[in-house]
Amino acid sequence: MERRKTSAREWSQTLRRDMYRDRVLYLMILAPLTVLILFSYVPMYGVQIAFRDYNIVRGIWNSPWVGMKNIKKFFSSYMFWRLIKNTLVLSAYSLATFPLSLVLALLLNYMPSQRYKKAIQMVSYAPHFLSTVVMCGMVLQFLDQRTGMLNAFLKLFGMPSVSFMAIPEAFPHVYIWSGVWQGVGYGSVIYIATLAGVSPELHEAAIIDGANIWQRIWHVDIPGVLPTFCILLIMRCGSMMNVDFEKILLLQNDLNGKVSEVISTYVYKQSFQNSFPQYSYSSAIGLFTSLVNLVLLVTVNRVSKWLSGSSLW
Amino acid sequence: MRKAKQAIRYTTADKVFLSLNYTVLTVFLLILAYPLLFVISAAFSGGNATMTLNLWPKTPTLAGFRAVFEYKAIWTGYLNSLIYMATGTLLSLTITVLCAYPLSRSNFRFGGVIMGMCVFTMYFSGGMIPGYLNIRNLGMLDTIWALIVPGSLSVYNMIVVRTYFKTSIPGELLEAAQLDGCGDGRYLVQIVLPLSVPVLAVITLYCAVNQWNSYFGPMIYLNTRSKFPLSMILRDILIANTIDLTSLSGMDPTEMADLQAMQNLMKYAVIIVASIPVMVLYPFVQRYFVKGVMLGAIKG
Repeated sequence: MERRKTSAREWSQTLRRDMYRDRVLYLMILAPLTVLILFSYVPMYGVQIAFRDYNIVRGIWNSPWVGMKNIKKFFSSYMFWRLIKNTLVLSAYSLATFPLSLVLALLLNYMPSQRYKKAIQMVSYAPHFLSTVVMCGMVLQFLDQRTGMLNAFLKLFGMPSVSFMAIPEAFPHVYIWSGVWQGVGYGSVIYIATLAGVSPELHEAAIIDGANIWQRIWHVDIPGVLPTFCILLIMRCGSMMNVDFEKILLLQNDLNGKVSEVISTYVYKQSFQNSFPQYSYSSAIGLFTSLVNLVLLVTVNRVSKWLSGSSLW
Repeated sequence: MRKAKQAIRYTTADKVFLSLNYTVLTVFLLILAYPLLFVISAAFSGGNATMTLNLWPKTPTLAGFRAVFEYKAIWTGYLNSLIYMATGTLLSLTITVLCAYPLSRSNFRFGGVIMGMCVFTMYFSGGMIPGYLNIRNLGMLDTIWALIVPGSLSVYNMIVVRTYFKTSIPGELLEAAQLDGCGDGRYLVQIVLPLSVPVLAVITLYCAVNQWNSYFGPMIYLNTRSKFPLSMILRDILIANTIDLTSLSGMDPTEMADLQAMQNLMKYAVIIVASIPVMVLYPFVQRYFVKGVMLGAIKG
């Protein structure tokens, strides 16, 4: 009893001494910590309006509690299944194109001409830096029925011009492949770096054993990038319920709304394009998607740890 | 490794692979570069030439750019965007470094807790609406602060910088500096930062591009037109198709009879003008990409 007291006192003494020694460091971290608390943790606390009936006059903290009413309203809404389906279709489609960056990296890795490789890399990263608005503007310009480039291309083959943005079925393809065009090059950077880190001895040994490039890719490179690939895949699954919603908002029109309305655009519209902003309802939907994402992340992380040994934590 | 590859003769399977490799990558390069070149060409194409696949304007004209230069909203937007980008990037860099440096020190008390708090926000957030209501409660609506302060601490960037501080700056430097009586503030400014140029360059690019391209924040937080950044003006022109034709009145009607062709031309021109700042930054920082991305990949 006596000893514990002294050690506790000693501990607090060292703590105070260390904190005094590092006082400048604490002063430094004060600003970022304030930002973190004010703009991340206060909204997290504010998420309780999902369980209240938000009233603009009474504010967040005084609006009446309504429990699960908002969530229930969403679950029983006629939009519920459509939103879930649209979101998951786009997410799954984009997940299917996810390995393309790895394929690109492998191809570049075996490109004998270093100059050509550099040129391709330089060009392929550039679209990543175009803004979403510019990107969507380009998509709309290219797909325009009267003046678009794609229709000029169709005309070469004598096909009639098509108004692509008016066809609901075309929307997922437009959304996904414009995304691939924009992101595949930049997504390959990390794999290129990882492939460069694969031990050269492994490749030499494989060559001596008579392995060709295909075999070296399969037996040397793929195992080398698998951990990185898994980590990125886990992160991706943790945002399954999110889609690039800025982009969807910009590409959306009345004709493709049936397939392009996703959870996040719905949340946005309920709050910002509604004459009676439904803040509580929107927050409840947002909270629901955050939680689903979190559960997915934890689950996929577990599965990956069990299957391949790589995990986020 | 490259030497070993050259010393070995390619087998048939290898040759198949390499020819496939060349074909696929060349097709890929064409698909990638064609739209970019097409935009540039279309921005200079006079007449009704945009319904073609040409990469070379038949009747070159600067009318599109002239229209963009005369469009006033674009210039106020441009100026606003530049201001938001400069202040936002500066603030973001400062906050990121101020967070990353203490957390990179191994004997920093409560560093673990603060780090945990940071990482948690990567996986869970209050969401769009509570965030918006928070900004409104703070009275930041329709001010520049709503655009630059909330996102100023990007945890991902912070981890990248912290990892760099931890792995690339030898601990002996700190000991030597401390022996010479150098305090933490001075050590950070005079020793750590000059040694961290590569990572700071990458973070600067990320922040600047993010700020320049951001459109959702301005859309929900701003409502005064004169404060709109370029991205909002672009949305009106490119997406909503609302071009204020009165600003095009300086045009010679015989030169550009078809107003719609003019609008079309102007859209391509504005795409180019809007992308210039980012594309100017890009080549300078490109060589640091791999390093920057790799650092981020190392688990915190």
